[in-house]
Amino acid sequence: MKLLTGNDLPTGDVTWWTGTGWSRHVEDAVDVGDQGEAIAHAEEGARRVNGPYVIDATATPEGPRPAHIKDRIRALGPTVRPDLTLKPADPNAGSWVI
Amino acid sequence: MYKYDEYDHSIVASRVEEFRDQVQRRLAGQITEDQFKPLRLMNGLYLQLHAYMLRVAVPYGTLDSRQMHMLAHIARKYDRGYGHFTTRQNLQYNWIKLEDAPDILADLATVEMHAIQTSGNCIRNISSDQFAGAAADELTDPRPWAELLRQWSSFHPEFSYLPRKFKIAVIAAEEDRAAMRLHDIGLRIVERDGRLGAEVYVGGGMGRTPMIAPLIKDFVPFDDFVSYLEACLRVYNRYGRRDNMYKARIKILIHELGAEQYAAEVEEEFRAVKALGIDPPQAEFDRIAAHFAPPAYDARAADELDRSDPDFAVWLDQNVSAHKQPGYAVVTISLKPIGGIPGDASADQIDLMADLAERFSFDELRVTHAQNIVLPHVRKADLHTIWQQLRDAGLAEANLDLISDIIACPGLDYCSLANARSIPLAQKIATRFSDIGRQRELGELKLKISGCINACGHHHAGHIGILGVDRKGVENYQLLLGGSGAEDVSLGTITGPGFSEDGIVDAIERATDVYLRERDEGERFLDTYRRLGMAPFKEAIYG
Amino acid sequence: MGDLLRYRTDEAHEEPAVTLDGFLGQSNATAVRIEAGEDARALLPHLDRLALVEVSFPKFRDGRGYSTGRILREAGYTGELRAQGDVLVDQIPLMRRCGFDSFAPEAPVDEAVLAASLARYEYHYQAAADAAMPVWKHRHG
Repeated sequence: MKLLTGNDLPTGDVTWWTGTGWSRHVEDAVDVGDQGEAIAHAEEGARRVNGPYVIDATATPEGPRPAHIKDRIRALGPTVRPDLTLKPADPNAGSWVI
Repeated sequence: MYKYDEYDHSIVASRVEEFRDQVQRRLAGQITEDQFKPLRLMNGLYLQLHAYMLRVAVPYGTLDSRQMHMLAHIARKYDRGYGHFTTRQNLQYNWIKLEDAPDILADLATVEMHAIQTSGNCIRNISSDQFAGAAADELTDPRPWAELLRQWSSFHPEFSYLPRKFKIAVIAAEEDRAAMRLHDIGLRIVERDGRLGAEVYVGGGMGRTPMIAPLIKDFVPFDDFVSYLEACLRVYNRYGRRDNMYKARIKILIHELGAEQYAAEVEEEFRAVKALGIDPPQAEFDRIAAHFAPPAYDARAADELDRSDPDFAVWLDQNVSAHKQPGYAVVTISLKPIGGIPGDASADQIDLMADLAERFSFDELRVTHAQNIVLPHVRKADLHTIWQQLRDAGLAEANLDLISDIIACPGLDYCSLANARSIPLAQKIATRFSDIGRQRELGELKLKISGCINACGHHHAGHIGILGVDRKGVENYQLLLGGSGAEDVSLGTITGPGFSEDGIVDAIERATDVYLRERDEGERFLDTYRRLGMAPFKEAIYG
Repeated sequence: MGDLLRYRTDEAHEEPAVTLDGFLGQSNATAVRIEAGEDARALLPHLDRLALVEVSFPKFRDGRGYSTGRILREAGYTGELRAQGDVLVDQIPLMRRCGFDSFAPEAPVDEAVLAASLARYEYHYQAAADAAMPVWKHRHG
């Protein structure tokens, strides 16, 4: 599957395209198929996202899993500061990245 | 240290307003990201993996307690309670909001700080010796020269769109604590016929094509200092490559032209530039230098120390250096606790270091290129009190220049350019070698980790260097041996095939075993490597 | 194409600029265009007959033209010095300091933003090709 991701313009937060808007949680991301570039263009023009790009991912029971480690780290947060990730209470969150 | 006058204040205040206007235009959609990017970069604002990152300049690594407290305040108010000290003596915040950036700059300006030219293809923060003004081996304090260059280079109209970024370091001691010859321009202040001037090295750097800067001019007196550098930069601006960003640094120009030809071009340009009258007068140097006058030392400060506490004695031997003033010492506070994140400090730790500086070090602190903090002027009689307070704050790791005093870039945990993570590897290595007795047995051993070939972690200059690469989506680490960023500067050599994260920790251990077995009396790891060459290390590592 | 912005009181020069090669090969041209990689010093023997030098900025990141401008002004050129190409509003104050006094940006420039930007800095640290006095001269006279 293909996901569309980027950063929120004013805050810089990592965001994922949900089909209707942007979410901070990769679990909310949807397959954009071949529409990624078009959505990116429209959303960037409307300043709802900064630097959007399309990535490969696989569908898993827990939600989409980005193919590249860099995007998995973006989805979670820094592996060396679990307290600052999106899942501070999950001791195994880091292993999802690797 | 340097204090702003009305002109400095006016310029920095104008910059805050300029950037506020640029951010506002971006948020309002009047400029695109493509147009905004070079503007925000020239103010040290990056878009990184998780958020915007703001790099605050610490000119030549010197700051006072008020500035340090402000860094802590910003960490709490606008970031997530910590900051990261960098190899260019700056500080980075990892979780900045674009909409807050103008207010942060306004806060910084109240304590004479800024983020001017901490990124972009311009002249970056001028770096220097963290022991400047305190080192027993220095000829003079290099910081007045660095401040002169800070002013000359700030908003330089001709050199704001160079082919690539440009880094300058200034030192004035025999020992090179600033990796001077691995800068685009390295300057060593020397004395000739009773006058001070600069040895000028040009074309060093790390990155994907590491080079050691050759000597371009053996003496440039103060009267010609700015003109000569203007000529150096103009030749680069005109002839540096712009067709390929990976070949755009000045080191490539000098490599292609040859150092002699480059020097000849600079001489010719210098003749034209010198006639313009752009060199500040001696009175300006003297004005700046007066800000760096030695503090009011206590002439009766005692040299005797009570070493009866063994943990304190280890810290004394490892992290305390000789000061030029009797009864005083230089303290390096390690930001490398075993298992910690190299260069990170919490807002509380930053505040504590500020308090210690105010109370015990004539209100001065330094940031080192090895990502540690220095209290430069401490009475020996106060060392034990300082050590106790540092210990209580987790800041008393006695590992300066030992294997766990690792330089590491932020790596793939934070950086959008990285190919591999650096910090977890630094943590594993430090943990493997955590025993302080073992570390001290290994002696001076500078280990440096970069998460990609841009070499922000100085891996080329590590006695042991590590380069993280991406091998088909998996982190992989290459090992280098034999680099040095000091006065015995050299570039490391890759040992051979790369390793997994655990594999490379084992490989380092095998390399250090070779050293312990083969070393001659008094040899450091680097010396033994230089004497024996790669072969015995390679054999042990790959067996 | 944006409007021509001029900071001169004389009439705009009408004659089209010729290439550097073309200029050096003929004796009567009074306007020349310098490409980013060309050596402005080739013009130095001919400055007295030049009324317009147009300096090309093919990309805003390409800063060679800033040196071109200063070299010409430092050599005494007083005619029109025009920056043409990918010239952004935030770059014009720097170009003014390098001696440029007219601008032909490819994209229109917001004149209100430009006016604010040109007026923003009261002081400059270093000497350049404009009339601004470097801060050290303010300090020491």
